[in-house]
Amino acid sequence: MATALAQQSPVTSAMPAVECRGIGVRFVTDRQTVNALDDISFTLKQGAFLSLLGPSGCGKSTLLRVIADLVHPTAGAISVLGGTAEAARRARALGFVFQDAALLPWRTAIENVSLPLEVGGGRKRADGPSPQELLALVGLKGRENSFPHELSGGMRQRVAIARALVSGPRILLMDEPFGALDEITRDRLNVELLRIWKETLTTVVFVTHSIYEATYLSQQVLVMGAHPGRVREIVPIDLPADRPLAIRESDAFVRIAAHLRGVLGAE
Amino acid sequence: MATAVPAMVDPAQGEAEERYHRAKQRAIRRRRLMPLVGAGTLLAVWAALVYGLEVPPYIAPSPLRVVETLYMRFGMLMTNLAPTAIEAISGFLLGNVVAIIIATVFVHQKTLEEAFFPMIVLINTIPVLAKAPILVLLLGNGIEPKIAIAALICFFPTLVNMVRGLESVNPQAMELMRVLSASKREVFFKLRLQNSLPYLFSALKIAASTAVIGAIVGEWIGTTVGIGALLIHAMYNFDSALLYATAIVGACFSVAFYFVITLIERLVVRWHAPPVT
Repeated sequence: MATALAQQSPVTSAMPAVECRGIGVRFVTDRQTVNALDDISFTLKQGAFLSLLGPSGCGKSTLLRVIADLVHPTAGAISVLGGTAEAARRARALGFVFQDAALLPWRTAIENVSLPLEVGGGRKRADGPSPQELLALVGLKGRENSFPHELSGGMRQRVAIARALVSGPRILLMDEPFGALDEITRDRLNVELLRIWKETLTTVVFVTHSIYEATYLSQQVLVMGAHPGRVREIVPIDLPADRPLAIRESDAFVRIAAHLRGVLGAE
Repeated sequence: MATAVPAMVDPAQGEAEERYHRAKQRAIRRRRLMPLVGAGTLLAVWAALVYGLEVPPYIAPSPLRVVETLYMRFGMLMTNLAPTAIEAISGFLLGNVVAIIIATVFVHQKTLEEAFFPMIVLINTIPVLAKAPILVLLLGNGIEPKIAIAALICFFPTLVNMVRGLESVNPQAMELMRVLSASKREVFFKLRLQNSLPYLFSALKIAASTAVIGAIVGEWIGTTVGIGALLIHAMYNFDSALLYATAIVGACFSVAFYFVITLIERLVVRWHAPPVT
């Protein structure tokens, strides 16, 4: 199955997955004008795993939504896979995983995973993985016909990941997907997410406010500051590609986490 | 993920399970029995008051006389229930269908909602008893004004709930449809309509009983058949037993109507519905 999954998202060119230049987002309300994002610039190459790390209100979810074409920047330019964010969205190059899973409660697990194939002209690619295969990939074989209320929080989030992968996206955008889960479930899903990332060769942009989650998962961490939301530092994570959970007790891991904490606290 | 649990051979467990099931059975029996005990007590108090105080039959009947009337004049009661039932069901269908259509239009055309929703609220504040003569003047003495009253009475709660159900979609589900480049039509059928069903059914259950009230009120004015007309007739003739029997027939029809809607809801809304207030 690993080969079938890999075929749908070939890393063909050196074209960056996401390139932001001077992105700014400004919300105007009655009381104030909020600079949600200010002068964000970075380049993300295809196949990478990038975490956006920062305190609440630093605009990391907004930045994710700019990439997904859900929020339009008021300044700067963004290119996704060499084109506009809208083109990437229409081409189904983007998969989005929300914090609360956002499954449709009247659909079973398998029907939720199939939703992207039913709307927006998204038909199944002949060579892509089937909803059944994807549910198996996220470890939910046998729960195809369960309704969301019959699944645990962790299982619902697994269904949401399978749903995001069903149209074979080249970039997977994840908005604090494990934020509402208990730590034990979260650890397990972190391990599985790394496995899925390696099997599917997708680019992942992962929003979190957990230093340990960011360090454990990422190749790079983009540390953000608040008011206005901006880039503090892009920290490369120099850990081996193969990461058992125990790596979190290693000296290298602790040093990187301490550095991230320092960058977050520098004000 | 799931690992098979090996079969337990533990006598204490079997015993605990049996005790649990016995307690559950007892609780179910109690829950069914207690309302009957309550109803029986009330009937006994009613009978005791009527016989003990020697209440004359033109003021209040004894329970026995009501049962007797229900049995002896069953055919006549059913003949009068038929038009009321037809009016209530027609009004229910008409009022709710129109409400669902208008809610759908409102959700897609905000301008129309802003222009007309206040007017609908205003019309809804007119009491049913005041609307009835207006509609009789407009539509005559036939079945039409009764259906119109039943429809009007159903219309408003369904419209309000339907608009709320169509609009109160999980914002992240809305964003998901956006990421998937779903059309407005797809958002309506795949998301909004499904989301509105629990809201719709909570309105339909209210409408099932109010539609009957609407039809009965309609029959108070200018007609000689129907549950409403029979109630007025029995009151003017001091036939208290017939009055009570007619009221019971009307109530039974209301309950049956409500029950049918609840059954349909169970068939249609199979997922865990979010709490609807």
